[in-house]
Amino acid sequence: MRGLALSYVLLMLVIPLIVIAQDGLREGVEGMWRAVSQPVASSALGLTVWTGAVMALINGVMGLLTAHVLVRYTFPGKALLNAIIDLPLAIPTLVTGVMLVVLYGPQAALGSWLDKTLDLRIIFAPPGIILALLFITYPFVVRTVQSVLLSLEREQEEVAATLGASSWTIFRRVIFPELAMPLFSGMLLSFARAVGEFGAIVIVAGNIPLRTQTAAVYVFGEVESENRMAASAISVVMLALAFGLVFLVDQLQKRTRRRAG
Amino acid sequence: MSKPAIASPQLRQGSWPRRGLIGIVLVYVAFLILAPMAGLIAGAFQHGPSAVIAALTDPNLLAAFGRTLSIAVIVVVVHTIFGTAVAWVLVRHRFRGRDLINGLIDLPFAMSPVVVGYMLLLLFGRRGLLAPVLQALDIQVAFALPGMILATLFVTMPFMIRELMPVLEAFDMEQEHAAATLGASGWQTFWRITVPALRWGFVYGIVLTFARALGEFGAVLIIGGGVEGGTDTATLYIYHALEERQYVAAYSTALVLGILSLALVLGTDLLRKKRK
Repeated sequence: MRGLALSYVLLMLVIPLIVIAQDGLREGVEGMWRAVSQPVASSALGLTVWTGAVMALINGVMGLLTAHVLVRYTFPGKALLNAIIDLPLAIPTLVTGVMLVVLYGPQAALGSWLDKTLDLRIIFAPPGIILALLFITYPFVVRTVQSVLLSLEREQEEVAATLGASSWTIFRRVIFPELAMPLFSGMLLSFARAVGEFGAIVIVAGNIPLRTQTAAVYVFGEVESENRMAASAISVVMLALAFGLVFLVDQLQKRTRRRAG
Repeated sequence: MSKPAIASPQLRQGSWPRRGLIGIVLVYVAFLILAPMAGLIAGAFQHGPSAVIAALTDPNLLAAFGRTLSIAVIVVVVHTIFGTAVAWVLVRHRFRGRDLINGLIDLPFAMSPVVVGYMLLLLFGRRGLLAPVLQALDIQVAFALPGMILATLFVTMPFMIRELMPVLEAFDMEQEHAAATLGASGWQTFWRITVPALRWGFVYGIVLTFARALGEFGAVLIIGGGVEGGTDTATLYIYHALEERQYVAAYSTALVLGILSLALVLGTDLLRKKRK
């Protein structure tokens, strides 16, 4: 039984990973660097990182706000709101991309209106990428912050309020320090998720080199044109980035738990 | 609403900021999540319901849905067997490297589907590592159904294991011991005692794996080659329909796929809540 289980994991997971790492480093670190520093490749990686970072920032603010509203306030429709948060996890990301194209695409009323009156292009442009990423990762920050917020003792806040602190001061000095760690790990997780996203982005952003091509879309293009070195090198960079971030989040969460427990 | 919201001092002072914050969150959710969903429905029905029905009864689409379903069913069966074995070993056995294996299981969640597809291509593609072996055996993996099944297996690997592990941990081994003491064989104990105790873990694991398999796109696109016709799944069909500007076909298929996935996952969530 143990042999069966271990060889399954080995065959399915470890061998493919070794093969791609070996292929990416076939021409050494230098060869990989050469592939990564090609203008089209580095621009794709750059676009992935900056759209991911903008998404993580917006997601941090709105996720924190959503968690706060969900935990601390009572209002009609709260249960519905709580259920809606998880919808993005259940929708295939390709479908998410299609949804955004329908709403903001050049044929859509809203899309052409934004383009003509505000000169704001969403589809086939970075804002579309950011919107798609925000949709897909919305639950990440909300759920990590929400669970910590639920477990906070209210006494300190009540003491602060009794001593005359305003609600903004209480949030800044008493609540936020407790939430900083889960907020940060939620943002990192959503960023890690964004690095690899393909289905939604290829629909929303198209495939315009140097302008709307993210790292995942770039790898897709290089695979199609059988440019093996470039595809392998960028894949290895993406894997390293994603695994590094997930490992970091894991360590952060362990530390938080140790401090709390 | 039975309990007054005015519970502590700082909530009482800030009725306006409170309404403001709730308003901001509701507008954000409406704009980010609900508007695109409504948009998709409107987009699919832009030429009326008959166009949707015509698009959804296209034989190519039905064949693509059939392919998606058969991939999903095979993936569920494989993960039910091997996922159980892996979860079992990770929970019940103590061995060196257990933590490492436990950490590896979640890797597919962190990986880009494009990279997954590409990895499999490096192994099974025309110039892949295993190409000589596959040629000798006359098996076609890449650009064919087996490759797409492998890709879907890879991206859905964690679900079954992660659903089963907590149930296995909570399961009281004394029942098994009692059965064994009463003379039951290993298999009898497994089928009569262990499997029934794990059934909810199986149910959730199967549904989540199935739903994720339905929606897989990137990995399947790369390993399937995206040649229209022979290897189209539902997601690949949507992609190709968009490329060919068949908007009603793309939107209606996306709508069906979205509703199917949502129903599966939300149904499981409801079931889970009810059981609690």
